[in-house]
Formats: sequence, C-alpha cells, structure tokens
Amino acid sequence: MDQRIIRILQEIVGKDQVTTERADLICYSYDATQQQYLPEVVVFPADAKEISLILKMANAEKIPVFPRGAGSGFTGGSLPTRGGIVLVTARMDKILRIDSENLVAEVEPGVVTEKFQQAVEKVGLFYPPDPASLKFSTLGGNVAECAGGPRCVKYGVTKDYILGLEVVTPQGDIIRTGGETMKGVVGYDLTKLMCGSEGTLGIITKIIIKLLPLPEARKTMLVLFDSIDGAARAVSAIIGGKIIPATLEFMDATTIDCVRKATGMQLPESAQAVLIIEVDGEREMLERQAQKILQIVEPLGVVETRVANTPAESEDIWKVRRLVSPSLRKVNPDKFNEDICVPRSRVPEMIRAVEAIAKQHAIPIVNFGHAGDGNIHVNVMIDKKVPGEQEKADQAIEEIFAAALKLGGTMSGEHGVGITKAPYIPMELDPAAVAYMKTIKQALDPNNILNPGKVLLD
Amino acid sequence: MAKHKKLEDYRDQIEQCVKCGACQAHCPVFGEHKRESIVARGKVALAHALLNDEVKLDERLVEDMSKCLLCASCFDKCPNLVPTDEIVAAARREITEKQGLSSFGKVLTTVLKHPRLMNGLAKSGKAFSSLLFKKVPEQSGLRLRFPAPFVSRERSIPEIAAQPFRESHPEVIPGAEGKPTVSFFTGCMINYMYPEIGEALLKILKFMGVTVIIPQDQGCCGLPAISAGDGATVEELSRRNLAALSRHRVDAVLTACATCNEGIGRHFRHLEGDYATLAEKVVDMNVFLVRQGLDRLLAELPRKEVFQRVTYHDPCHLRTQGITKEPRALLKALPGVRFIEMEGADRCCGLGGTFSVYHYDTSKLIGARKAPGIEQSGADLVATACPGCMMQLQDTINHAGLKPRVIHLLELIARDLPA
Ligand SMILES: Cc1cc2nc3c(=O)[nH]c(=O)nc-3n(C[C@H](O)[C@H](O)[C@H](O)COP(=O)(O)OP(=O)(O)OC[C@H]3O[C@@H](n4cnc5c(N)ncnc54)[C@H](O)[C@@H]3O)c2cc1C
Ligand code: SF4
Ligand code: SF4
Repeated sequence: MDQRIIRILQEIVGKDQVTTERADLICYSYDATQQQYLPEVVVFPADAKEISLILKMANAEKIPVFPRGAGSGFTGGSLPTRGGIVLVTARMDKILRIDSENLVAEVEPGVVTEKFQQAVEKVGLFYPPDPASLKFSTLGGNVAECAGGPRCVKYGVTKDYILGLEVVTPQGDIIRTGGETMKGVVGYDLTKLMCGSEGTLGIITKIIIKLLPLPEARKTMLVLFDSIDGAARAVSAIIGGKIIPATLEFMDATTIDCVRKATGMQLPESAQAVLIIEVDGEREMLERQAQKILQIVEPLGVVETRVANTPAESEDIWKVRRLVSPSLRKVNPDKFNEDICVPRSRVPEMIRAVEAIAKQHAIPIVNFGHAGDGNIHVNVMIDKKVPGEQEKADQAIEEIFAAALKLGGTMSGEHGVGITKAPYIPMELDPAAVAYMKTIKQALDPNNILNPGKVLLD
Repeated sequence: MAKHKKLEDYRDQIEQCVKCGACQAHCPVFGEHKRESIVARGKVALAHALLNDEVKLDERLVEDMSKCLLCASCFDKCPNLVPTDEIVAAARREITEKQGLSSFGKVLTTVLKHPRLMNGLAKSGKAFSSLLFKKVPEQSGLRLRFPAPFVSRERSIPEIAAQPFRESHPEVIPGAEGKPTVSFFTGCMINYMYPEIGEALLKILKFMGVTVIIPQDQGCCGLPAISAGDGATVEELSRRNLAALSRHRVDAVLTACATCNEGIGRHFRHLEGDYATLAEKVVDMNVFLVRQGLDRLLAELPRKEVFQRVTYHDPCHLRTQGITKEPRALLKALPGVRFIEMEGADRCCGLGGTFSVYHYDTSKLIGARKAPGIEQSGADLVATACPGCMMQLQDTINHAGLKPRVIHLLELIARDLPA
C-alpha cells in the first residue's frame, strides 16, 4: 500500500497502532470460516473520532475497510476479501458504565461478551444473550451479527437488548441511534437496522444495553427420548404447558453416537434424541416447574431423565452438550456448520429432510442446536482431501437451505451471511427485497468502501 | 537417542487448528496485549506460514515466538487439541539452530535490544554474583532463568542455599517394610533455592513410611532449556535424567515442582521408548499423597484452635493435567489451616520459563491480575505446588504491597504433622 496512506493512518491512530508487517497481515487474514485473505494494512483505533477520520480518508482514496472484532465469525464477515484496511476494535474494550437504577449499561464494541456478563452479574444484573463463543467474541461483533444462543428461547437475541448505539457511518459521520429509554419512536429505528448489518452499514463505537435482574437460581435436566418426534413434541408440549424454559437444547441420534464414541460417556443405545432443559427464576418455583416438565414429557417416549440438584451436577449435564463439537472431528476432519432455523413445530420434518439428504449423498450430517426456537446446527461432515467430497457437501448444503425455506424457515438463525452465504441470498429473499437493501447500502456507502461484497453481492 | 520433533513434524497438528479463536479467552499473554500474533491461533498461523515459506525467520518472528509462556492453557481448552506450546518450542529450536546460537535467549537479546534488560543484577543480585551461584551447574535451568546481567533489578528472587538439598542427604533413605519406594526428582529450584521444600517432603514421606531415593546424578528437568529453544541441552539432560532415574526400581518418581513434572512427565512421554515408560511413573506429589490416603489421615488429626487462612494458586503445569482437586483436598484436611478459594486461582502467574526474563513488564502485568483475588480472599498464606510460581507470586505480592506470604503446600503439611 502507498506509503502516503500509511503515514496518514499513522497520524490518525499513532505509529504503534498501524502495521503492515507480514506477520500481522497473516494474523488478520482469517476468521473461524478458515478462509484466508491478506489485508494490506491493519489499524487499531482508539475511538469514534479516529474511526471517522479513517473512513473519510478511505472514501477519498477509495480504499476498502473491514471491521473486525474477535474474528470468531462463521461466515467471513471480517475477512479482508479485497485487501485494504482491517480495522480491529480490540483497543475499544471499556465498560463505560453500569446503571443499576435504570438497568442499562454502556460499553465499547471491543468488550468480550463474557467479561461484560460477569461485570453485570456482580451487581445482580443479567445480560442474557449467550452465543457459544461468549468467552472470546466481542459485543460489537455480537451486535453486528445479531448473535443468539441457548437462552434465546426465553430471552431473545442480541438485538432485543440494544437500546442505542454510537455509529460511525460509512462516510465518516458520527451518529447516535436510539437512546437510554425503554421506549423511543422518534425517527426510523436505525438501532435495529444496525443489528445484524455485519459491518456493512456503519462501525459501531458505543453500545447502550438493556439489562434484566439476575434470576435467583437455575435447574438443569437431561431427558433422553426414543424418537426425534417425541423430543420435538416435548418441546411444543412444554411451551404449550405455559412454561418457557431458559434453554431447550437438543441433540439427534448421530450426535449422541459421536459423543458416546468419542468420550465413552454412558448414554443408552435406545436414545434417539436428547433434550437439555434448563429453567431459571425464583428458587421455590423451580422445583415445581421441573416436576411439571417431567410430567409433561413422560408420555412422549422418555428413555431416561437426569435432574441436576447441585451446580456441579448441572455442569455435568452441560458437559454433554459441550463435548459435541470436539467429538465431531472423529466423524470426519472437515465440518460445514450451517445454522438454519425453522418454526419450532417443524423441527422433526427438518431433521427428516436432513437425514434424507445425508443418505442420498452418503455423507454424515450431524444435527444439534436450539430446539426451543427451531434453530438447528446442521453439520455436514466431510474430508476435503477426498476428491468429490467438497462438491457433495456444497450440493447437500444447498438442498438443506431449500428444505428449511420450504418449511417456512431461514438459512441462518445466528451466524449471518458474510461471504459464505451471500450466493444463496436469492433463494431466500425476493428480488425486490434485495433491491431495497441494495438501495440502502448504496445510499449510505456510495463508494462501497465499508465491508464491500458482504451480505449482498455487488 | 532422544530426538526432538521438528516444526515440520507438527504440520498435521498445526493444520488441525480451525481458527475458532477460543484460545483468545485463555492465553494470559493475549490478555495483556490483544494482538493476534500473540494468541495461540496467531502463533499456529505463523508456524504454518513458516513451514510454507510464507514468512521469513526474521527478527519479528523471533519476537512473536518469544511471547509465549509455554503454559499450555490454550492446549487445555482447544477443541482440536492443538499443542501450541510445543509448536512454539519447536519453532524456537528451529530459530536457535538456524542462527547457530546456543539459546533462544541469545537470539532474543540481539533482537530486543531492551534497555531494561541491561539494568544489571536483580535486587537480591548478590545471589548471582556470590560464590554460591558458582555451584549451580552450567546446564541448570537456573542459569537460563536468571541469565545474570539480564534479570530486572526490580525482581525479588530467593537466595541461593548455602548447601544444595541433594548434598545434604544420602541417596537412599529407608522407610517401613511394605510401604512404597519412590525416587524424588528435586529439580533445580528446590535443590539450590528452596531446600526447605525438599526437607518438608522428606518429613512427610518418613511419616508415611515411604522409602525415598534421591538419585544424586539427576540434573535439571530441561524445561527452561526447552523454553530457550536449546535442543542440544534438552537432549543431554533428558539422557542424563533417564539414566539417573532408571538405576533404582521404584513405584513412583515424585516431583514437588509443577514445571519439573512437565519436564520429565509430559515431555518424556513425547520422546517415546524408555522415556515414555519412565514418564508413566512420574507422579506429582499431591497426587501421590492423596493416593496414599494422606488427606484422610490429616483429616483425623485434632483441629488446631489457632489456624491460618490459606488459599491456593493452580500452577499451569498441574492445572492443564487436571491436577486441581488433590492439592485442595490436602489443604482442606490440614488441622491448622482454613482453606479459602480465591478468585482467579487458575490464572497463570506469568513466569513462563524464560518469558519473564525477556518480557518482565508483561510478566508483571499478568502476575498483577492475581493480586485482587489474593487480597480479597483475606488469606494469610498463598500455597502452591511449584517453586517457580512461588517466586513469581511473591514478586507480585511485593509489588502490590500485600500482606500474605507464599508457601509451598508441602511445608504446611510438614508443619501440621504430629511430632
Ligand atoms: C466456537 C464458536 C461458537 C459460536 N457460537 C455462536 C452462537 O452460539 N451463536 C452465534 O450467534 N454465533 C456464534 N458464533 C459465531 C460468532 O462468534 C458470532 O458471530 C460473534 O458475534 C462474532 O463476534 P466477533 O467479535 O468475533 O466478530 P468478528 O467475527 O470479528 O466480526 C463479525 C462481523 O461483525 C462485524 N463487526 C465486528 N465489530 C464491529 C463493529 N464494532 N461495528 C460494526 N461491525 C462490526 C465484522 O465486520 C463482521 O462482519 C460462534 C463462533 C465460534 C467460533
Ligand atoms: S482454540 Fe485451538 S483450534 Fe481454536 S483457534 Fe485456538 S489453537 Fe486453533
Ligand atoms: S502456551 Fe500459554 S502463553 Fe503460549 S500461546 Fe498458549 S496460552 Fe498463550
């Protein structure tokens, strides 16, 4: 890259916060998608003002800018697909305030999700969104992808907790959206527009977050079913019974088999599906809720139940879920993890459709995920080194998306579009909707410098 | 012959990294400097680039590879079990070999040109200029850990003992009939700096009737040399320790230093053959004592009225092997101790072999993260199971101006045993 540009960047953020060293370019060339694109320069700005100057310069010079949090994205949102500047939010990692009276907090985008959760829990408050990556992903990345997690069935996703933002627009203006209040209808809801915009419509520099009181206690149960339908009907029955558990995670037979094989964990052979159910709230209430849930599911082909009575036992149950990812590698080395979402009641149909696809292409597909909200992680397992496998996987994935859409679902519940799903967008969105989105992007970013080529193909 | 793996031998494991980024949550160095080249994922990417000739072995890479504590915290939590610590060690060996120098530290000092490092001897610097230090063999890890002119003046370091531990004892100390026989691998820090830890272990083993063998020809465990990328020394030390520890038939080889446990345990397992067979016998003293039922024996002793509040720090080299319950079981059983868990007990102390010599400022920052937990616990003593951690924790406590003293868990047990 032109030395003149490097010097401008150095003037904006300081010499130490700009790097063009090959080692750094390599280190900021990937995310959890495992694809690689080398940037030309990496910058570490300290605040909105610096970002504003960077974006103004980038517009003048027509250099693309790629915002990056922790680089844990699954769809390539932070990848510098066209060289240019990777803009890392790592230095903007301060929790600015936690207001216990109004139940709000304000943070910078580089704060790691779990650090924030721990900080609010210390004062008896609660930030529910819990992506499995919460120990390392950033809140900025969570807002940009609208991340979700197991607790979403009861508590909703990231966007449900964002009251307002400070954003640097693609052309370098600093704006504030939303605010501190629980209500607010003045102007368009730009806060929601930014949620899930994957760094294409602006760079988030401050986040105002809504908090809840921390539930007093939780109770975890593991229920094994003899059929996937039983488990699915259990989900509907529990919610029909007017209980909304904090989490309702499920694993299919192939997943159970993987865990059993990889870890030697004792799980009955007759189990075709597992539900991990957790309720939270006031302590006295939980015992009754747990009993009621067990009664509701009893007639639905329960093979075995385990109820945790201590935090340690609860941890043992969650361990089953956490062992899933590592044990998948035993099936095949390469995993394509898609996170389709269908209406809750159609989960069994979706699983059957996936099973049929797996059989037809003769590749293992492992399903687990958030049954409570219909968000299923479909893992197509292949060995890329075997010729033809990649093509099979691509074909299977397209068929999986089609099946999800047919059932009234979506091809991504949490992970976003980025580059990996961009080609499939026309399957889900009609041309007019795509045109509407493109109009927004073009109006806000006429030079197409902010995260170009992501979400919408240009 | 014990042969080290080359970086190339790790290619498969390097390619197992799926770039998930989970290691960002566990790398202590990354916690202080949030640059991707520091975290395991970045190190692995750089190692891969090195194998594929996409980066040069230049000064920048030397510096990147130096910023690792070899604590294996990343490996412990990596869903794909990528051994970044070993990969970094292999990269360091590659660097020293290519540069034709004996240690990575020498390469590094030419790269870092760190004015701080030239500040002269450490606070208790007389330890190093004294005649006593001359007794420490050339190959001892202590010389790598404290390369005299480079140790920061600010660091507090224990004195060198007037008489090394091993010289104070016969090779065989018989115990009772029908009780196990063990050899004691002392390591350098216990031998030269903290002989009282060795004395404590002997007292406990005597109480339990265990026969103890202290092979006089054992050497340094080799971990500081591994950290320093000095492949030749590691190989020589490994050979020597294998010979020394194979001369007697024993039920177990005990270590009272977490680092040594890694050095002759996990490291030997990787060398395979006779080394791996010996490694099967290597047992951390916490595990051994609990297996022998010492916690139950201690719990039966009458409780003392005057007690001390004690908390525990998990040395990385035990924690990543899952040894966390045993030391706590022993502490909780002690009649003169009230055990308190502290927040962040599992955080790395920040010493990391030769890391703290060349990156003392970062090492101090990592260490300082322990201070609030120690303070809030209200403990009188911080117990741990590794002399290296002891030194670093005491340094942290001194810098933070806190009251508690650091002590080896064995000293507490020895103190509370019936006369
Ligand atoms: C093991 C693992 C488990 C996961 N589990 C889940 C899960 O359960 N649920 C889930 O939803 N996701 C999950 N993810 C995906 C990923 O962690 C989330 O998408 C997360 O929100 C990304 O955060 P990040 O900080 O890593 O962002 P990055 O990956 O760095 O970036 C993601 C996107 O956000 C943009 N961006 C980042 N910061 C900003 C900013 N300040 N302003 C504007 N745009 C920005 C980037 O340009 C990019 O498009 C998982 C990932 C992994 C590796
Ligand atoms: S946790 Fe393991 S697999 Fe994931 S990025 Fe780090 S080293 Fe790679
Ligand atoms: S061994 Fe320790 S310091 Fe080195 S990369 Fe892993 S976690 Fe970080």
